[in-house]
Amino acid sequence: MKYVDEYRDGKLARQIAATITAEARDNRDYRFMEFCGGHTHAIARYGLEDLLPNNVRMIHGPGCPVCVLPVGRMDDAIKLAQRPDVTLCTYADLMRVPGSQGLSLIKAKAAGADIRMVYSTLDALRIAQEEPDRKVVFFAIGFETTTPPTALAIVQAQKLGLKNFFVFCNHVLTPAAIQNILESPDVRDLGLVRIDGFIGPAHVSTVIGTRPYDFFAEEFQKPVVVAGFEPLDVMQAILMLVRQVNDGRCEVENEYSRAVTPDGNLKAQDLVSSIFELRDMFEWRGLGDVPYSALKLRDAYAAFDAEKVFDITTQPAQDNPACECGAILRGVKKTTDCKLFGTVCTPETPMGSCMVSSEGSCAAHWTYGRFRDATEKQAS
Amino acid sequence: MCLAIPVQVTELLDGDMAKVSLDGVQKVISLALVEDVQVGDYVILHVGYALNKLDPEEAQKTLELLAQAGVGAPS
Repeated sequence: MKYVDEYRDGKLARQIAATITAEARDNRDYRFMEFCGGHTHAIARYGLEDLLPNNVRMIHGPGCPVCVLPVGRMDDAIKLAQRPDVTLCTYADLMRVPGSQGLSLIKAKAAGADIRMVYSTLDALRIAQEEPDRKVVFFAIGFETTTPPTALAIVQAQKLGLKNFFVFCNHVLTPAAIQNILESPDVRDLGLVRIDGFIGPAHVSTVIGTRPYDFFAEEFQKPVVVAGFEPLDVMQAILMLVRQVNDGRCEVENEYSRAVTPDGNLKAQDLVSSIFELRDMFEWRGLGDVPYSALKLRDAYAAFDAEKVFDITTQPAQDNPACECGAILRGVKKTTDCKLFGTVCTPETPMGSCMVSSEGSCAAHWTYGRFRDATEKQAS
Repeated sequence: MCLAIPVQVTELLDGDMAKVSLDGVQKVISLALVEDVQVGDYVILHVGYALNKLDPEEAQKTLELLAQAGVGAPS
């Protein structure tokens, strides 16, 4: 596959790792956060942590939209799906996320709710066209990457005059979350999490560009390297971060220049801002209430807004009290610090959201990383 | 969730749609978020929509950068 295979060369990855080892200074350690779940998945899948020297460590950030969706919003979606007049369309990622009282979309579907997994908003639109008697609700979730397709679906529904297509909007914003992490007591006051730099999002940045990160580099004095999701992209980004730290630089660099420009996709940005506006506040699992971190439909599109049409008021709901997803998403704890991990909580029966999505740090560690734990245990 | 893959455009269709190919797998996707896409171009595909065109020159530069990063390292 062109533009994929050449960025997965294992021999070159080991050579870049050797360069990182040679350039990383022995008298200090380096702690970088990869914000995106896509990077977390690549790091686990390709065993990149095994290639890195011991003094270069990765902290897995909260950039998995499935993982940060609060339980209360999941409950809202399940309730919507249980209405006899509603067909809920959702990306597959959300099917197994536990709501409160042990329910999930997949269990609701088994109990008879009309829930359809879709690949694209185009599929949800098609269902609404083909089944005019059903109220088709699209469960919209995702960062800046996934928002323009939702916006286009609303434009298209309006053009087609569809009266039975609605969007339950849970779109969230990356820069607000990064800022929240950098300003959190864990990082600022308590010193529980030290972050020397960020690997910036790949496909979020294709849409928003690299400029939004300038603020973090300047204001918080943290280097940022935007990187693609292939293993060599991640290795190269880590090398670039090590070099920035060594030089005392705090810049925004772009490793993923084949797809990301400083301005991003202006057409997509204009479209999104014509349909959506900022919410004053939105709850993130792990981060709590984050101001101006999510989007809602503008009043002009209220007829498509499931929250208004179906009068949804989100009730706060608690995670399983033993679940450490919150602390893991903030980088305070590791997957293996959670006593549920690998015992009652596995990808088949997830307790917390980090075990559901393949991009969640728990699922990634379960699928790929736990074998390393076993080897280490044996060795000691 | 933000997973997206480079695919090659093989045919332009009506209504801002296009046929694309990934290793022989054909799919119809939307080009409504991008501009000036021609047959033969690579685009980054996410949930049925092209998010951006892939820049072949920049891709080549990155490959050279990767090769440089690996040079001189004890392997």
